[in-house]
Amino acid sequence: MTTRVNEAGDVSRPSLKASSPRYGEKLIKAFLFVCAGLSVLVTTAIVISLLVPTVDFFTEVSITEFLFGTEWRPGRGTQTSYGVLPIVVGTLNITLIALVVAIPVGLLSAFYLSEYANPRLRKIVKPVLEVLAGIPTVAIGLFALYFLKPFFADLLPWVDLDGLFSQGVAGIAVGLMIVPLVASVAEDAMRAVPPGLREGAYALGATKLRVSLKVVFPAAISGIVAACVLAASRAIGETMVVLIAAGASPKLIGPWEFGESVLTMTAYIGRTATGDIATGTITYKTIFAVGALLFVMTLIMNLISIRLVRRFREVYE
Amino acid sequence: MVDQDTPPRRARLASTGARAAVETVFGEQPRGDKVSGLVFRSLMMLALAMALVMLVSLIIYSAWRGWGRLDLDMITEKPSRIRPERAGYGPALLGSLYMILGVIVLVVPIGVGAAVYLEEYAKRDRWYNRLIELNIQNLAGVPSIVFGILGLAFIARGPIGLGLVVATGSITLTLLVLPTVIIAAREAIRAVPPSIREGSLALGATQWQTISRQVLPAAAPGILTGVILAVARAMGEAAPLLLVGAAGFTPFLPLLFDGQYSALPVQIYRNAVEPREEFQTLAFAGVILMLVVLLAMNSFAVWLRNRYERRW
Repeated sequence: MTTRVNEAGDVSRPSLKASSPRYGEKLIKAFLFVCAGLSVLVTTAIVISLLVPTVDFFTEVSITEFLFGTEWRPGRGTQTSYGVLPIVVGTLNITLIALVVAIPVGLLSAFYLSEYANPRLRKIVKPVLEVLAGIPTVAIGLFALYFLKPFFADLLPWVDLDGLFSQGVAGIAVGLMIVPLVASVAEDAMRAVPPGLREGAYALGATKLRVSLKVVFPAAISGIVAACVLAASRAIGETMVVLIAAGASPKLIGPWEFGESVLTMTAYIGRTATGDIATGTITYKTIFAVGALLFVMTLIMNLISIRLVRRFREVYE
Repeated sequence: MVDQDTPPRRARLASTGARAAVETVFGEQPRGDKVSGLVFRSLMMLALAMALVMLVSLIIYSAWRGWGRLDLDMITEKPSRIRPERAGYGPALLGSLYMILGVIVLVVPIGVGAAVYLEEYAKRDRWYNRLIELNIQNLAGVPSIVFGILGLAFIARGPIGLGLVVATGSITLTLLVLPTVIIAAREAIRAVPPSIREGSLALGATQWQTISRQVLPAAAPGILTGVILAVARAMGEAAPLLLVGAAGFTPFLPLLFDGQYSALPVQIYRNAVEPREEFQTLAFAGVILMLVVLLAMNSFAVWLRNRYERRW
């Protein structure tokens, strides 16, 4: 670029400003911003669509009755009762059983993939977990109802599994479904642990097991906890498996009653809200009240896990 | 002749001596460590074997139960509550196909656009950009049935009011998988090294020219893999569709903005809970059909990732 001499004769530097205003560029940037902003709009729409009918619902049913009542008999008739506790407990039972299965299996798989497996085995094991993660939940539900339930009835003859539905079997099926999620998030956390920590431990004579459990595990703990919280959130929100295999009776029972059937929050919504439900009825509003509670529960867990994942990223990057 | 102490032999002697010294000083590993290492190894193998056995037995069991109905009727015929032995998934398959095409058309521009904004334009210290980021991460963890509630209250009824039609189902599924697509596309864009951008900008290209001609082509395989995985997920999703009107046993072929529709996973669910054995056979046949399509899509995505993954 040459320096120009203007009419007055003094030397000026070339302008660094763009030669054209580039309105197209700005338009594109605005469009892309709208795309990104759409997600905020979606969350806002979710909150509004849950909140409005829920507030309406609480004009007819008191909040204390909803949150602390122990009978869930929504609908018409004289014997109605809107205590949400039984279906919350049903949800938590399924989640607890699922985590008892998914956390050990998922974490052991993550240890294997991150610390033990050679590249050749990784190439086999990882796709298996990915395929498992991609199986539709309807298929897992059918498998649980028609295969796992009779299978467990044969395997554990001392457990009463006479009914068609069982919270235990549904919980185990949900657990197997979330194994890939636990494994992949935990593995990411373990691989983010710098090799120097491991090498230092090996140099001091530690065995592989000690390196895994005493060095990698504590160093990756926030990511591992995040994996577990995320798994719990997924288990709470799982619908099809519990809809098919857990039954429909709202009961206030403990998770140890393996063979009992329970109703979960998601299963209640899925069962009740088939598209043609009449707007404005109290039953219609219960869907939103239960949905709002579900949303709040998973929101808290998601925020916790996001924060934990950020922490391990910040420590090692 | 002088006894020659050749260098290799000397080295061997030295290393043997060193090993002996280390062994006497540090001792051998305690026996307990060996045993617990072995136990841990077998536990890991057991865990992986469980996942594998579960996957294989699900596929084999479904194939075994659905074998009797793996015929052409299953694909072409209409569903029926009365004659399950001749019924099929025709309208449901078409409904799923329409919805998936809708998802692709909507989710690719919006998802990639959002990812490009967040990776290439957004300044990370602005509060609204941080909000968008946190919001997308959270949205990825919202239960699918909550998206169904959103679809019912906002898209089918309420402000948009499309009614219980294919388009509603399609938009609901799009919103459901949008966060996944954004996260995958961001990772693919981030993997393109900055030097590519700097080279393009230094040659005088504008920012958008740099993105559209250098960054996006380089990130395309990764983005495509993410889109395929997301679409596969949308195809197998049944819970939100229960709320936005995907009915079971719809004999009509679906229209985009009018009339009843159904979807493959929803029809499978409806068949599965019917008491007669023939319905269950049909349900498992549907599961096989769905698994074949999904496995094909997933393997294509994995192949694509391995084939075009570039190391910079």
